[in-house]
Amino acid sequence: MTITDPSAFGSQPSGEDDPSVRPSLVEGVNEDFSSVTDAVAGIAEIPVERTNRAWIICFAISVSLLGMLGMLILHLITTGVGVWGNNNPAYWGWPIVNFVFWVGIGHAGTLISAILFLTRQNWRTGVNRAAEAMTIFAVVCAGMFPGIHIGRVWVAYWLFPLPNQMAMWPNFRSPLLWDVFAVSTYASVSLLFWYMGMVPDLATFRDRAVNNTRRIAYGIFSLGWTGSSRHWHVYERAYLLLAALATPLVLSVHSVVSFDFAVSQLPGWHTTIFPPYFVAGAIFSGFAMVLTLMIPARQFFGLKHIITMRHIDVMCRILMATGLMVGYAYSIEFFIAWYGGVQYESFAFVNRAFGNYWWAYWIMVTCNVIIPQLFWSKKLRANLWVVMIVSITTNIGMWFERFVIAVTSLSRDFVPSSWGYFSPTWVDVTMFIGSFGLFFTLFLLFLRFLPVVAIAEVKTVMPQAHAHGEDHGESHSAGGSAAAPASRHDA
Amino acid sequence: MSDQKKNDEIHGVVAYFDDVDSVMSAARKVRDAGYKKWDAYTPFPVHGIDEAMGTKPTILPWIVLGMGLTGMACGLLLQWYTNAYDYVFLISGKPNWSLPANIPVTFEVVILFSAYTAFFAMLGLNKLPHLSNPLHKLPKFRRVTADRFAICVEAKDPNFDADRVRAILGADTSEMEDCPVDTSRAALPLWFHAVMALVTCATFIPLSLAVKGRFATSEKPRYHVWPDMDFQRKRKTQTGWEGFEDGRSMRLPVEGTIPRGELRDDFELYFGVAQGSSVPPRATYDAGSMGGEKHEWLQSFPTAVVVDEALLERGRERYGIYCGVCHGAQGNGLGAVALRAKAIDAEQWGWVSPKALQSDSAKAYTNGELFHIASHGISSMKGYGSQITPKDRWAIVAFVRAIQASQALPKAPGDLPEGVDFEPVPTIKDVRLSEASVDAPAGGTEPAGEAR
Repeated sequence: MTITDPSAFGSQPSGEDDPSVRPSLVEGVNEDFSSVTDAVAGIAEIPVERTNRAWIICFAISVSLLGMLGMLILHLITTGVGVWGNNNPAYWGWPIVNFVFWVGIGHAGTLISAILFLTRQNWRTGVNRAAEAMTIFAVVCAGMFPGIHIGRVWVAYWLFPLPNQMAMWPNFRSPLLWDVFAVSTYASVSLLFWYMGMVPDLATFRDRAVNNTRRIAYGIFSLGWTGSSRHWHVYERAYLLLAALATPLVLSVHSVVSFDFAVSQLPGWHTTIFPPYFVAGAIFSGFAMVLTLMIPARQFFGLKHIITMRHIDVMCRILMATGLMVGYAYSIEFFIAWYGGVQYESFAFVNRAFGNYWWAYWIMVTCNVIIPQLFWSKKLRANLWVVMIVSITTNIGMWFERFVIAVTSLSRDFVPSSWGYFSPTWVDVTMFIGSFGLFFTLFLLFLRFLPVVAIAEVKTVMPQAHAHGEDHGESHSAGGSAAAPASRHDA
Repeated sequence: MSDQKKNDEIHGVVAYFDDVDSVMSAARKVRDAGYKKWDAYTPFPVHGIDEAMGTKPTILPWIVLGMGLTGMACGLLLQWYTNAYDYVFLISGKPNWSLPANIPVTFEVVILFSAYTAFFAMLGLNKLPHLSNPLHKLPKFRRVTADRFAICVEAKDPNFDADRVRAILGADTSEMEDCPVDTSRAALPLWFHAVMALVTCATFIPLSLAVKGRFATSEKPRYHVWPDMDFQRKRKTQTGWEGFEDGRSMRLPVEGTIPRGELRDDFELYFGVAQGSSVPPRATYDAGSMGGEKHEWLQSFPTAVVVDEALLERGRERYGIYCGVCHGAQGNGLGAVALRAKAIDAEQWGWVSPKALQSDSAKAYTNGELFHIASHGISSMKGYGSQITPKDRWAIVAFVRAIQASQALPKAPGDLPEGVDFEPVPTIKDVRLSEASVDAPAGGTEPAGEAR
């Protein structure tokens, strides 16, 4: 794992400690195209009876939780939303908190896929596929909560501008409808992006298939992909366009989610900082979730040379940077509450930190601002246990951030007579746990049956992928001498 | 000629390469030889191969741009049509049509259209899905999606010459083979076609049902997909139910009790009959069955009603509100409704003109009967019992008696005080059809006089 191939990216051979040289993206002296293919495809090709025991245990737990979620949703639909703790004045309780929590997690995937693609951050290739999958599954969990929150789920189609017998149309001046458009666009575009990136890898799976079931299943979904260079040409252009489209999309989605709050007039919600603050928080929580998922996955599935310590290091730095942004947003909210001189606003924020929900606020600050500071130390960034713990506390902290925003503001609104204290019911709690069942069921199936790493993309960042005979007049063998300078097609 | 024959049998010549450099070099040679129907197959997009193959830039970005602009137009049009044109409604005093509020949705629609276009146009330009490709039949070709590179020059190319192609590719290749035309493709079984035809037809059923539902009329009530609260587990009024002994779902008041507002022990006040006599039914007055001796109609006024100027004034006011529109302000039956009915000849549909209250037949009614008519109606007239309180109905009766006394005189009586202007009021018979108009103020003396 510590053996690196400095020729992959560095312009000069150098030790790992030289800050001017980037460690290679794919580690290992003898990695070539076939070994990368074998490493990734091998995971999906393990016979069912030899499935990793850890996977089976995780999957069993996840499916049980998913089943529990299904029963809870049935209970909710047949009984009504009164089974939740939502009540006057906090009509937005856990369902909305969970929605924002999950949709925020869903942001890292597209960020890694799109923004890092456009900015030529090639280290993304090792983790983008799994991050995209995580995005989609998180958005599935996110979409579920507002879907069942509407009460009469059988008229959920009223959310969409469909001609109906009532001759009514939805209100396009409402942020809640913007949210419907933003989240559904995000979900479907992410799905396209993910699937399109997977087509060449599915073709690889098809061509390696050992039985007809696999050949037909992967064959249909790989659409007859041959690897034709003329196809690659159009494909790469389409991928670039999708990345360019997904970049503003990913920034818009959580901005629109923040409008759900910011466009209202409730103190604590009605602030202009919300869109950038929510986006930073989304990236923060998304990277935390990527780390939480990737560290065990690379351990269990032998992908340590593809998802390298460098990936983890970079993600830890992003985690810390976005954590600082979130911390900045927390402090600027207080500053504006004081500087703005509006007594309701001041009260809302003092109440947030020192009121009934002080415990939630300080959990949030501890997890989101204080603990990520550990990552200033390179040693701690390299300690997977520390990284794992920080990523999990970040997820906890980000859940509490949404709870603090939604519940503290609602429970202390303008009219003191309607003040209240929100308490979740057992359905709230178990449903949130159940949503993890849904998420992990999908994610574990993905790990087991689909290309976990973008095989074709990883190959493009390997030194062998570049023709240089004519450009440089020198030959360069695969994973070869450390002295040979590699060409960087994106330099 | 033998070459030509051979060309028909093979799909093309496939050469395999082990690294990027050799495939690039071979690609340049094939390009320079002028072939068109050929392609390089690689496990990942090889940088620079587009130039080596002479691939022209794709038009995909322009398609996406076009569809993105279409999406913008659609997004704006959707919001304008739904919120500013077809279903305009006021939300918090916001304008019905303001671009800032429409930016988020418009933006999302632009992205949606563009992204779908980028994906599906990519498939379309690449002619995917293309599941049956002769190259997939070559076992060696399968490594092309893993770690090998290939170039296939197709026999369809007009310049195709298998030997020449082999010579061009031979310099760099590690292995070469002919790809045979795929003859193994068996025709799809008959049942598959039959099932697909049925499925295709079946997909039109929902659409045709929707079209039928849209344009055909039906006497059946609409099918309730989501009944919500339309059907509840309760008994409705005026229905039977075997659960009670009398078989009715409704209950009578408990013995010896009177429902609130139902106390009617003053017969004179409430029914217009003598105390203790039989109570007339709550039915439209029918002179044949109800008049005369059947009921002891009150001749004067109930003891509870004091006839004085205040009562007459109250009666005049109530009469103006409830009665004048038909009977006219003067009681001559020339109200606005009556004039309009006359103008459109409403009698052909069963309309009965409002009675002129000065007529002898109207005068012949007892006070009790007038009260009953005001309460429950007569012929075309509906009862006003639910709208006017009993005392007010008696006030109206008193006012009607007053106008009968003052305005029913055929000519100026001698006992009128000096200076009082008297003119006999016109009646409905005096209104000529051509001049009767809804514009005529109801029962006004001047217009009525002109109508004459």
